[in-house]
Amino acid sequence: MMWTALDTWIVVAAVLAGATCALVGSFLVLKKVSMMGDAISHAVLPGIAVAFIITGSRSGPAMLVGAAVVGVLTAVLVHVIHYYSRLEEGASMGVVFTVLFAIGLILIEQAARHVDIHPEHVLFGAVELVPLHVVSVFGFDIPRGVVLLAIVLLINLSVVTLLFKELRLATFDPELATTLGINATVIHYLLMVLVAMTTVAAFEVVGSILVIAMLIVPGATAWLLTRRLLPFLIVSVAVSILAAILGHIAAITVPPLFGYVDTSTAGSMATVLGILFFGALLFAPEQGVVARATDALRLRLSIGSQDALGLLARAAENTESRDGSLSAAEFRGVHRSPFAGHRLKLAAILALLRVKGSIVFRGGRYHTTRRGSEQGREILRSHRLWEQFFFDDGNVDMSELHPAADVLEHYTNSDLREDLSERFAGKRTDPQGRPIPEED
Amino acid sequence: MKNAISSMQNTTHESASSGMSVSPESVALHVRDLTVAYYRKPVLWDVDLDVPPSVVAGIVGPNGAGKSTLIKAILDLVPHASGSVEIFGKSYRRQRRLVGYVPQRESVDWEYPITALELVAMGLYRKIGWFRPVSSAYRNQALTALADVGMADLAHRQISRLSGGQQQRIFLARALVQDADVYFMDEPFAGVDASTEKAIIGILQRLRAAGKTVFVVHHDLETVREYFDYLIMLNMRIVAAGPVAEVFNSENLKRTYGGRLTLLDRAVDAMGRTPG
Repeated sequence: MMWTALDTWIVVAAVLAGATCALVGSFLVLKKVSMMGDAISHAVLPGIAVAFIITGSRSGPAMLVGAAVVGVLTAVLVHVIHYYSRLEEGASMGVVFTVLFAIGLILIEQAARHVDIHPEHVLFGAVELVPLHVVSVFGFDIPRGVVLLAIVLLINLSVVTLLFKELRLATFDPELATTLGINATVIHYLLMVLVAMTTVAAFEVVGSILVIAMLIVPGATAWLLTRRLLPFLIVSVAVSILAAILGHIAAITVPPLFGYVDTSTAGSMATVLGILFFGALLFAPEQGVVARATDALRLRLSIGSQDALGLLARAAENTESRDGSLSAAEFRGVHRSPFAGHRLKLAAILALLRVKGSIVFRGGRYHTTRRGSEQGREILRSHRLWEQFFFDDGNVDMSELHPAADVLEHYTNSDLREDLSERFAGKRTDPQGRPIPEED
Repeated sequence: MKNAISSMQNTTHESASSGMSVSPESVALHVRDLTVAYYRKPVLWDVDLDVPPSVVAGIVGPNGAGKSTLIKAILDLVPHASGSVEIFGKSYRRQRRLVGYVPQRESVDWEYPITALELVAMGLYRKIGWFRPVSSAYRNQALTALADVGMADLAHRQISRLSGGQQQRIFLARALVQDADVYFMDEPFAGVDASTEKAIIGILQRLRAAGKTVFVVHHDLETVREYFDYLIMLNMRIVAAGPVAEVFNSENLKRTYGGRLTLLDRAVDAMGRTPG
């Protein structure tokens, strides 16, 4: 693989396209109108086609104007159809953008006979061709597509910076925004204009279909990773830049490894975006699938350990000794044992407790250590305090006392126990007359 | 036909303004002939209101009576078929800065990535002005309002991690920083805990003492006498409006909540269904 100036320009174009899409796309995600990105990116096609036909060339400014017009038109049509037909907004979008897209396709096929334009480049982008069309800016030869993207990125950045709080309010609470004199409808259409201009500037790089991935996936990824607006936008843009760079590197290095020629950068970029999104879905620190599963497992282990120590504490009580002991069979066999029929779970919990030093295995039985005994008595104390609590309340049937206390005991710390015991003013027994162990 | 219906209605209409002759500036809220329709079906019909300043006014009525719609129509958030709204004698559009709004809690997405403080500061956006960021002086105002509703400790918490009552409190704090003269609150008591309810009542009383006028969409008839000094009883039309002591009686309740559709309701319902 050889990195050439061509590659540099491709990556620059991809980074600019990614960043500018991610910036406006984030607000679509926040506003819960991600599908509008889908709709507008398709609907701008006739705008592009008409701009081509009128100007006879790929004139940047003409395309941006065409896009802005079609963007607003799409948003208005979607709203009008939704309002008068009482169809859901999604159906109304589906009607509008497919029809506009089809018109655009027909126009472009016609235009292709006269102008240098290929329908497949519009659909899938042709980032590889970006460096070939250069314009001179301050004496430097810069690809025309890059200049256009840079201009749109600058526009997006200025709008988001200047209207940061207005965008925040209008996307969070449009009605309050309107009563405060910040017309949420105007902000909505402004956002649609930005989306339309962005998709047009980006379509040369990624095409009008993959641009949807560029608009939505970075914001969706940021949604999983942060709950503050500024970090949200930064993460979103960073994800898109990362995907652009990795995407191009992957496009020129991965296929040759398998004996193929290199592949399209746009497709590879969208794939990397997808991988980053699923990475966040799995590994996000708080909301990720793995973090949640770990939390759930930790909770189950902690409840199981407390159950086992509780059983040992009851055994100690029955033999009137400080430390209790049970065999594995007794663990499963005692009255209301949570381990009945759960041989494996019991084995795992007992192994864990041994590692933690709460129990020891001696002579075929599990004995509590000093620490294990204390923990067991805490559980028993929580359990019986709750039974007494519900009994005092008077509304709970005796048979329901145990199951309720069995759940709550696992969520009761020493502060809560203290408050509970104060309620009973020194009462030392539970409703069945069994002693409530003292706090250690 | 509209005149016929209006005159029919006037026979069953009690207005607070009756017997009270007032100059327009001394009326906090003046509504005349307000009608709102979704498609052809009327949701609010010919609403007339004249509410004096410095009252806490409850808006009650059965589900679908148009309570929220009344507030939204006054605030120009839903289009009206007809009617005019004045705040202290001038059109709402010219007086917008005197008006504060607390939407229903469910009307926003609480997963949105902002903190309690950032949400409260939104109430200051008009004062801050377009394009300007929220400066630390404004942040301090928002912090003070948060402390007012007992939420100072949770200022930097993401809003989805607040309880329902806490969310309602920051909504109120956001309205308080607006420093409005007339407040419209859509079901502030819905789904809140007892201590939040008490805090909200405290705020309502403080606002009234400060000469503010507050409209509160409310569901619980049992607390009407305790919370409000003025009452608007609504069922698509104004059934009664006036001081609680005068209008909150069983006859008006029956007319507001009464089970059977009146002849007029049936006619209006038919209007919504027939093409024409």
